[in-house]
Order: sequence, then structure tokens, then C-alpha cells
Amino acid sequence: MRLELKQITKKFGDFTANDKIDLVAEAGQIHCLLGENGAGKSTLMNVLYGLYQADGGEILLDGQVQNFSGPGDAMAAGIGMVHQHFMLVPVFTVAENVILGHEPTKALGFLDIQAARERVREISSRFGFDIDPDAIVGDLSVGVQQRVEIIKALLGDAKVLIFDEPTAVLTPQETDELMGIMRQLRDEGKSIVFITHKLREVREVADKITVIRLGKVVGEASPTDSSEHLASMMVGREVDLSVHKNPANLGEASFKVNNLTAFNSAGSKVLDDVSFEIQKGEIFVIAGVQGNGQTELAEAILGIQERVTGSITLEGKELLGKSVKKVLDSGVGFVPEDRTEDGLVADFTIAENLMLDRSDRPPFARGVQLQLKKLHQFAEEKLKQFDIRAQSIFSKAKQLSGGNQQKVVLARELSRDLKVLVASQPTRGLDVGSIEFVHEQIVAARDGGIPVLIVATELDEATQLGDRVAVMYKGKIVGIVSPDTPREELGKLMAGVTK
Amino acid sequence: MKQSKKTPIALALLTFLTVLIAPAVAGDEIEIQIATKTDLFPIPNLVFAAQGFVIFLAVLMLVLAVWSFYLTFSKNQKTPLIATVVFGIAFVASVLVWLFAGATMTLTTLLAGSLALAVPLIFGSMSGALSERVGIINIAIEGQLLAGAFTSAVVASITDSVILGIIAAMLAGVLVAALLAVFSIKYLVDQIITGVVVNVLIIGLTSFLFSTLLADNITVLNQPPRFERISIPVLGQIPIIGPVLFNQTLIVYLMYVAVIGVFLALFKTRWGLRVRSVGEYPKASDTVGIKVFRTRYISVMIGGALAGLGGSFFTLGQVGAFGKEMTNGAGYIALAALIFGRWNPIYAALAALLFGFAQNLQYAVQIVGSPLPSEFLLMLPYVLTVIAVAGLVGKVRGPAAAGKPYIKS
Repeated sequence: MRLELKQITKKFGDFTANDKIDLVAEAGQIHCLLGENGAGKSTLMNVLYGLYQADGGEILLDGQVQNFSGPGDAMAAGIGMVHQHFMLVPVFTVAENVILGHEPTKALGFLDIQAARERVREISSRFGFDIDPDAIVGDLSVGVQQRVEIIKALLGDAKVLIFDEPTAVLTPQETDELMGIMRQLRDEGKSIVFITHKLREVREVADKITVIRLGKVVGEASPTDSSEHLASMMVGREVDLSVHKNPANLGEASFKVNNLTAFNSAGSKVLDDVSFEIQKGEIFVIAGVQGNGQTELAEAILGIQERVTGSITLEGKELLGKSVKKVLDSGVGFVPEDRTEDGLVADFTIAENLMLDRSDRPPFARGVQLQLKKLHQFAEEKLKQFDIRAQSIFSKAKQLSGGNQQKVVLARELSRDLKVLVASQPTRGLDVGSIEFVHEQIVAARDGGIPVLIVATELDEATQLGDRVAVMYKGKIVGIVSPDTPREELGKLMAGVTK
Repeated sequence: MKQSKKTPIALALLTFLTVLIAPAVAGDEIEIQIATKTDLFPIPNLVFAAQGFVIFLAVLMLVLAVWSFYLTFSKNQKTPLIATVVFGIAFVASVLVWLFAGATMTLTTLLAGSLALAVPLIFGSMSGALSERVGIINIAIEGQLLAGAFTSAVVASITDSVILGIIAAMLAGVLVAALLAVFSIKYLVDQIITGVVVNVLIIGLTSFLFSTLLADNITVLNQPPRFERISIPVLGQIPIIGPVLFNQTLIVYLMYVAVIGVFLALFKTRWGLRVRSVGEYPKASDTVGIKVFRTRYISVMIGGALAGLGGSFFTLGQVGAFGKEMTNGAGYIALAALIFGRWNPIYAALAALLFGFAQNLQYAVQIVGSPLPSEFLLMLPYVLTVIAVAGLVGKVRGPAAAGKPYIKS
């Protein structure tokens, strides 16, 4: 089926998320939609899928103008979507999830769950998936859940399939397998729309590429174009994708984690005997697929993870068991993975956010009284130093872009006297410009002679930024390797294979 | 994974309690009357040595408790459900023997009465199940029951028909549920606050109408006909089961239908799958074309109809007239039964039966005169609820989206 978007425009208030976008996806082709976070890719697909109503433009399928008032219409017309955040009910079985919305029934509306099982098995075997239709979705790994999403889309007899950032949660091997599935679907004659910001994947699998930036189509590209060319189209200027850093100037190992084990509230092990040391002037990256204990490790260091045993020492002093305040005061800088949830108070101003950690002491406080003049002076300084783009220091944190929010967090953490910096996915969801800035700051912190611990889920970031890379799998460190280790080997480690 | 220590500790505590009770058992014998006159065949009364029986039960409980400790701490295994159930029955039996020692306990009367008292609780918890499974927390069960009680009394009095009375009660329940639904779905008001406000509103409204209208016109407006006892042929004559389950009023039979119906609808039909998906992850439902708001309205309102029907039990079944605030918190106990029953209609009904049993026990104990103040037994449902919510009956996990309004982007 040929999909054509003509002059699609979608506005949210004054903000134009999609500005007259044209896009054509042919049957039997993989069409990549390349753009940075916030470029308007997901908005466009939500318009196509009927979740949003366009303010202008047309959607055509095989030349017929479509009017989607909701996702049900889009599905009926043959559009299926594999969502970035899976649209699966965790407590339902695979069969129940995939039939939701178009359930096979017997008399009186009773579910025909047997028919559903058959259909799951049939599609599973076509793609070589090994999925039990009666498994509870919440018990399945993320990679398998994604396959359930694919089955769900195919069950509706979709002819156009949209994949919205499908590789964000996958290991390199799973990503390769997904590429294979996409090619197979293409060969069956489906039109595939693949949304991503990852150049490697685009170049590997695309037949055609459309690049969008700030809500507008900036041009078409070919999969044979160089990464640099694609990146500059995506960002709108020349970009340097590599991280610049001098050889490490290593000092003593001042940050040590020994036999760290932790349980979650349900009683399962989330950290399993984790031990490592980081030297001064070294960036130590924890790589691995999200959800393998990285968050818990970072939180254990900060002191907000409960049920932890083992030891965490900084310059010989034990951190484990201390309050968060004491941990921060002993020189730990912490950049949380979810900046809007844990890094900032969204409704506070930039200035207030910049002193959250030191609001109780000079120069920002004297007794019970805040020293607002000193605070504002400090905030102005940081605004300049960290190039935070905001109207003023009184702008609320929630009004900032992701990149600028992260700069506020970094500005706050780096302006303390740090003895170690812990940053969890510091570039998650940021635009290329901000990623460059964050990387520079991290490298600067390392060159300032402190140990740096980074949690990274993107393999490229891990290998470029890290002086050493540790891979975590199911709460364990399965290997600590040099950053120039081949990608395949790292991928195996991420899947828990240790030879 | 480590096993929870809650079960063995709870069993140990209850065993200890029984051991304390044993010496206090007065009277030599307990006589249990099982048969009724209408039974197909007669069964003689059972007679036990009261104290000996309690000691026997205590020993049984001790064995089970020790076993549970062994399983949890040495084998790291779960205590089997059957062991917990047997233990529970033994505990209840020992308390019963203690309370009725030296007297005759009419088993069928005790059980049939429990069932009847559980009727509004069960209807209420069905309303809760339909509402919470679709993602709307239903604190307003109390208001739905009360509205049903009031309306059925008035309509049945005027028309002299219990059928019209219960139809009116269902409509009243739907209206109260619609109020809850509109505020929580359309206006995104906090569902718990909305529920409480709706309850206060209905209490106020019915009390006001009672004082201004009903009090002066009792014969016209507040003297409804009552449900008649209908004995089902053959089934009604089976010993124990017959008199307890099949010699009841219309509303009890409707209750059986409601429980089975709600269970089948929620878990075996297309509609139910959609309802539950909306209560778990409304966005996922939306992306497959399910109308989230409509599904929520319909499910909450069907629930309201059932709770309204349950409310008619108070006036047409039990008292025979409407009285101010006569539901007396039954809606909240229904909600507790729902949580106790883990949002499953069948389990919730069983939990409600347990609460009904505790309530009826209190009446029975008043009659025989027992060592325990009857008010003390009134605490039982609430104690059970606290235990349930504290997670003793396993991890209590409700529908994930309950209480969260769905906002379309």
C-alpha cells in the first residue's frame, strides 16, 4: 500500500510541531524518518495513526484521501504501529493483548481465546518468534514484548507499519534481529515507516530517507550518504560526532564499590555482588540494556536505594548507610536519569533549582533566611557559564527544553566541590548540540582529576566517552573491557553471554 | 526470592489465641442442629464435648502453624492455600464452640442469615468491581446503596410492587454512579474526594426527604411490600445447602445471577477484556480504537444499577421501611470486601459472605448470651479488612489505572 502525507501541519498552541510535511512511503520499501528528539517525528506519526487530528494537510492511502477520527479508523484502513512505549497491558496474556480491539468472539460476545492463540502461533511461526500465547506480558523481556507489539500490528492485517524509535530498548543483537524482521516485512510487500535518530540503523536498513528538523522536512537522503552528511542534515550545521578527549591522566583509585548487593521491595536481587574501582581522572562507563541494575547502582551510591549490602567508599570513607545529604556533602555529584522527575523541581525557577542542594547554608542562606541577592548573582553567573538558554533566571524549569534542563542540573552539581561525579544517562533524549555540551562537561570533570561514573545505554556513547567500559546484565557486572572492544563482543556481554 | 514471614506469624498468633480460649470454654457440650423440617432426609443433631473439641482444634492449628514455619524458614516455600483455609475454618470453629458452648447452635439459621446480611455487601462489591476494573475508584457505593434503599421504599410503597421498587432502585443507583462518573471522567476531579462528596450528598438528600416527606406520609410513601421467601423445589430440600441457599427471597437469587454475570462478563467476554484494559492501561486501549470514556461511563453505571438493587435489600428485604442513613457504612464494607477479594467478583462475594457471617454471629451471640460482648464481634469485619489490606492474603494489587483520570492528548 502506498502511503502519502501531503502538507501535514499540526500545532500545539503557538508551537508548530509539524509544518507542511510531505512524505511518501511505497509498498515494499523501508522508509526512514530521521530527525532529532523533538523534531516532530512522533507527532507526525500520531497524526497518521489518528491519535492527533492534523490542523492541515491530507493523508492518502493508495491515492484515497483518509479521514481518521481515531486509531480505530487508522487500523481499519491498514495502518499498524509499533509504539516506542509499548501499548501492552502488563497483566494480560500475549493472546489477550494482541486481540484487544478486534477480538474474535463466540456467541453473546464471549471471547474465543482459542482462536486468538492460534493466530498468535501462526504469526509467531512465520517470523520465527517463539512466543507462548498464554504468557503474561509483564513477565516477558523487553525484546519479546516488542515482538508482541509487532504481532499485534500484523494481526490487524496492517499494510503500512510504523516503527516508532523501536531500538531504544534493545541490545545490539536484538536490534539486528529487528532489522531482519523489518526486511522480511518489506519483502512481504508492506510499507515500513521507521522513525529513528540513530544514523547507524538508518544507513543499514533504509531504502529511502526523509530528514526532518524543527517540524519541517529538510530533504531526502540516501542510505549510502555518510554519517556526517546525515547528521548535519538532521542538526542543521556541521557536527562532529566523536567525543574529544586527551589520554587519561590517571591518579589513585579513590572511588571503590565492593560486593554491592541489593534487593527490590518484591525481594528479587537487583544488584548482584557488584565490585569495581575508578581512578582519579578516569571515566568509567556502565553499559548495558536499560533495566539491568544500572538505576539501582546509581541510586545506591546516592543513598536512596534500600536493602543494600556491601560497601561504597570515596577516598577511604564509607558512603553506604549515610543520608543523601551526607553523601552529597562528602563530594558526590549526581545527575539522575530522569531530570524532570528527580533532577529538578519543574515548578521552581532556574535560580531555585540551582541551589536545591545548598539551600540551607551560606552563601545562599543565613540562619533561616535565604540570601536572594547572592542566589540571583550566582544564577546569572551559571546561566552564562553553562550557556543555559532561558528568558531569565526566573524562568521555571518546566519551560526549558530538555537540553537546557540538563544544563541546569549539571551547573548545580558541578559547582560543588566534587570528589566523584555520577551521571545516569546524562544525554538521554537530548539534541545533538546539547549532547556535545554535556560530553564536554563530563570530560572536563574527568580532566579536573576526579573519578567519573557514567551509566550509558547507547553503546556508541559508552565506547566514545569511556576510558573503561563495564557491562551490566541482570544486576551483575559481566565484564570490564577497554572501549575499543569490538561491538559484537560488547553486544554479547549486554545479552549476558560471557563465553 | 525470600518467602514472606507473615503467614506463619499470623498462624502462630491465632493458635496462641485459641490456646488462651480453650480453658475458658464453659458448658460441657455443644449441640449443633443441622437439619430443618423440610429436608429430604433427617440428620441427627451433632453433640460434642465443647472443651475437648476446642483442644482438638487447637492441636490441629498448632500442627499447621509449625508446618508453615518449617516451610517458610527451612524450605523457603509458600504455605499452601489449603493449609491456610483449613486453619481458618478450625479457628472460626473454635471461636464458635466457645461462644455457643452449653447451647444449641442452629447451623442453617446462622448461615442463611449470614447470606442474607451479605446481600447488600455483595451487590455493593459488584458495583466496586465494575467501577474499579475500568479505572474509577468507587467510594460512592454507600451513596448508591442508600439511594437504592430510599427509592425502592418510596416507589414500592406507591405502586405496591417490589418489582417496580427494585427497578427504581437500579435507576437511582445509575444516577448516583453517573454523578461519580461525570466528575471523575469529564471534570477530572479526584475520584476519592468525588466519592466521599457524593456519599455526603446522598445521605443529606435522603435524610432531608425522609424528614420532610416520608415522616408525615408513612402509609403512602414508606410502607413498601417486602420480598417473599421463595423455596426452590428439590434444591431447597437438600440438607444444609437447601435451606441456606435455596430458601431465600428474590433479591438473593438476583444476587447469584449478578455475581456469576459480573464474573463472566469481566473475564470471559470481549466487553470485559476491554473494560479491564481500560482500567489497566487506557492509552493502550485508545490506540486500538477502544473508546475509553464511553467504556468507563457504561461500566461505572452498570455497577451503580447493581448497587442500587442491593440497596433495596435494606428496605424491601430487611426492615420494611426506609430509615435515615440505614445503610450504615455497608458501602465501605463492600469496598473492603472488593479489596479483600482482590478485585475478583467471586472472591469479593466470598469476602462479603465472611463479613455477613461476622455480622450475623453478633446477632446470634446476643440471643444465646455469650462470654464475649457482641459489639466486640462487630469489629471483626474491620479487623479482617485491615489484615487484608496489610497484604496478609498475598500481594494486593488493584487495576493499575484506578484513580487516574485519562486525559487525551
